[in-house]
Amino acid sequence: MQALNLDYMAGLVPVLLGYLPLTLGMAAAGMVCALILACGLAVIRVSRLPVLDQAAKLFISFFRGTPLLVQLFLFYYGLPQFLAFLVSINGVTATIMGLTLHFSAYMAESIRAAITGIDRSQTEAAQSIGMTNAQTMRRIILPQATRVATPTLMNYFIDMIKSTSLAFTLGVTELMGATQKEAASSFLYFEAFLVVAVIYWIVVEALSWCQKRLEKRLNRAYQR
Amino acid sequence: MIALKGITKRFGEHTVLDGIDLSLERGEIIVVIGPSGTGKSTLLRCINFLEHPDAGELTVGDLHVDAARPGKDDILGLRRRTAFVFQNYALFAHKTALENIAERMIVVEGLSKNEAHARAREILERIGLADKADAYPAALSGGQQQRIGIGRAMAAKAEVILFDEPTSALDPEWVEEVLALMKQLAAEQQTMIVVTHEMQFAREVADQVVFMDGGRIVEQAPPSELFTNPKDERTRSFLRKVLSGNAPAAT
Repeated sequence: MQALNLDYMAGLVPVLLGYLPLTLGMAAAGMVCALILACGLAVIRVSRLPVLDQAAKLFISFFRGTPLLVQLFLFYYGLPQFLAFLVSINGVTATIMGLTLHFSAYMAESIRAAITGIDRSQTEAAQSIGMTNAQTMRRIILPQATRVATPTLMNYFIDMIKSTSLAFTLGVTELMGATQKEAASSFLYFEAFLVVAVIYWIVVEALSWCQKRLEKRLNRAYQR
Repeated sequence: MIALKGITKRFGEHTVLDGIDLSLERGEIIVVIGPSGTGKSTLLRCINFLEHPDAGELTVGDLHVDAARPGKDDILGLRRRTAFVFQNYALFAHKTALENIAERMIVVEGLSKNEAHARAREILERIGLADKADAYPAALSGGQQQRIGIGRAMAAKAEVILFDEPTSALDPEWVEEVLALMKQLAAEQQTMIVVTHEMQFAREVADQVVFMDGGRIVEQAPPSELFTNPKDERTRSFLRKVLSGNAPAAT
């Protein structure tokens, strides 16, 4: 058995860190888009808008019911077959799209649950002072639902960061793709993947720390 | 002026309100009493369409609404001309005392945040909670929360404030401060309809006391008359029950 090549690992760290912005960028873009889409889906589901509600249900069912990898291949390799304008879609865009659609389906359900969990009296109080339904949703219900949904949503964000690694299957050289290339040329697979694993791990830990701070802030109104 | 005509509300087969007629002038205070489940709260909730009446007519100030066929603007209009104080306070849990009071002024009246907060501070002074401006509801006592709830209603400058058993959820120690605030409002000629079991309050403050039973108004009279000389047997029987606990007050 040979020892770990520590020098190689140390040298690899700065190389791989150069790809971290792309990984985090895709995750951040995906998260923002997914949150917007998920809020829309959740509001549609909660207000039971005819037709739209059925469509939202179908959407959620499909994107929760199929693997992210299958969805990515479907967008990147499959769709351009029929939609000519997608031929020029690049791997990064396809990944962000895939992450958005996939995770919005999950997030919509947790946001919906958070909204329905807010006490009915909050809605009535808002109505009683003459707020419209939209104002009630925006100013009273969603801010409170945010607090309830935040722990779950942060978990999805963490999951999303790790899921960006699937982009390498679409030929994107992000953190995972770069590691794969480095490993293939050095044959030091274990060292290379160990380094990338630790990088992901540290990123996620940092985020968990932020999550704790955020939850503490959001709970401020509920301290006795 | 507030006028209700033939307000009827059914929950499925059950008729909760059976053609209620009621009117009050500006500055008048009506206290509604009666056994539980006779539609007192539902009546209040019909006035601002938290419940939708099945039939009847509503007039609040300059707005006249056919309760069976209200437009969207009618409902919003009624809610903006009335204010509601809830039994369980129903303060916005994520907003401070100040923000709870200012919310309507910002959203409905379109005031700037600064101006709304300045006015909300004046209201906090009036209800004696200026020092709690930045406290969240969870950190306040029941009595303080309900006073903020009343402050939120005061901010509406509504034609009428509707009180739905405002002291029923309170620990006994907080009841007095809430009633005191309501008396203060009464002294300022605030028009109100109050559903309550506080007979002493009704006796002291009401211009008219309405006794409801089975979804109908059984009897309506000034408190001096209704409490001393109730005409209907149902009123007498109800008053006997609720006043037997505090006999001295019944004299």
